[in-house]
Amino acid sequence: MGFDQYHEPASDLPEEARTFARICANLIEEAEAIDWYEQRLAIEREPDARAIMLDAEGEEFKHFSMNLEYLFRQLPLWREIAQGILFTEGDIVQHGEESEEEATEDEAAKGAPLAGSESLGIGGLRGGAS
Amino acid sequence: MSHLLREHAPITDTGWKLLDDEARERLTPALAARKLIDFSGPHGWDHSATNLGRIDEVGDAPGEGVAASQRRVLGLVELRAHFAISRAELDDADRGAQDVDLATLDAAARRVAIAENTSVFHGLGSAGIKGVAELSPHEVINLGEDCEVYPRHVAKSVDTLREAGVGGPYGLALSPEGHTHVLETAEHGGYPLMQHLQEILGGPIVWAPGVNGGVVVSLRGGDFLFDSGEDLSIGYENHDADSVQLYLEESFSFRVATPEASVALPS
Repeated sequence: MGFDQYHEPASDLPEEARTFARICANLIEEAEAIDWYEQRLAIEREPDARAIMLDAEGEEFKHFSMNLEYLFRQLPLWREIAQGILFTEGDIVQHGEESEEEATEDEAAKGAPLAGSESLGIGGLRGGAS
Repeated sequence: MSHLLREHAPITDTGWKLLDDEARERLTPALAARKLIDFSGPHGWDHSATNLGRIDEVGDAPGEGVAASQRRVLGLVELRAHFAISRAELDDADRGAQDVDLATLDAAARRVAIAENTSVFHGLGSAGIKGVAELSPHEVINLGEDCEVYPRHVAKSVDTLREAGVGGPYGLALSPEGHTHVLETAEHGGYPLMQHLQEILGGPIVWAPGVNGGVVVSLRGGDFLFDSGEDLSIGYENHDADSVQLYLEESFSFRVATPEASVALPS
């Protein structure tokens, strides 16, 4: 079993960080699977084989989306930025820039520990080390 | 620029990182209350009061046929612990020194952590904060010095909470002296006392400077509510040729929603 999803010593990471890393790894794997199905579908012409692959790819869409939603729930700022980008029409980059700006301003107003923020970012410690 | 005025301090980015990292490292082990209670926020420096959801009648009617009442709120407390850092030490940090003297920051971090823990567990009456231990309606259990009997006391506390309909898991905030005793002790057969107590509680034993003896609390959530305005931050006050005057600061309120969800075990 590999543990490549950890960039820091796993023993130093709290349980929540390890779970977060596992779900990130899941997300990457689901995205890769979608990519592989798209490549296979691009060259497969046999109708039944295509139907099976399309059905399987739908599972990956579901898995990817569930993993993504889980991660959003762990990081409210990520969720807020994503809300300004996902399911919109028009310029994706412009939506991204605007959404990031709005979300970080909101967070800064709440004193949230963002990059460059002045709080130490300690927050609640339930579930941490004793 | 925020009210912390950090941009005015003669401190480089490297220096600020050193100070913030050191403060975080010192505070995190000592902030015992945050390991056992519900933390809400941070809601920002301009968050001034916690909504209590209750009203007081206003004696004077503002007009005929009109009743008046006023919302009851709990104002946030600002804690501030001052300290001075040598500018020569900060210069050395910029040169790459690894042994910078930050003892004054460490002491301030300890003071503010103790103040927060004390406010939560024993109250801060002048600010309207009532502590977990002082509000517990259950019979006080004297913890004592003999930690051989701690399992009995902790088990009795857990039983008391269960009988009051307060579910677990449970956690124990324990004074540094008590915590040391527990760590040092193995029961008959060599079984570590720490492990035994954790099994009784189903939750953590937290090193809690500022706590008198111990306090057993339910960790089910919703019983002990910490409302953070500005979370702990380092701000700048002034400087001279030799040192920079700084402070550690936070604002918060604390209230107990379920007094029966704790048992006090004073030493």
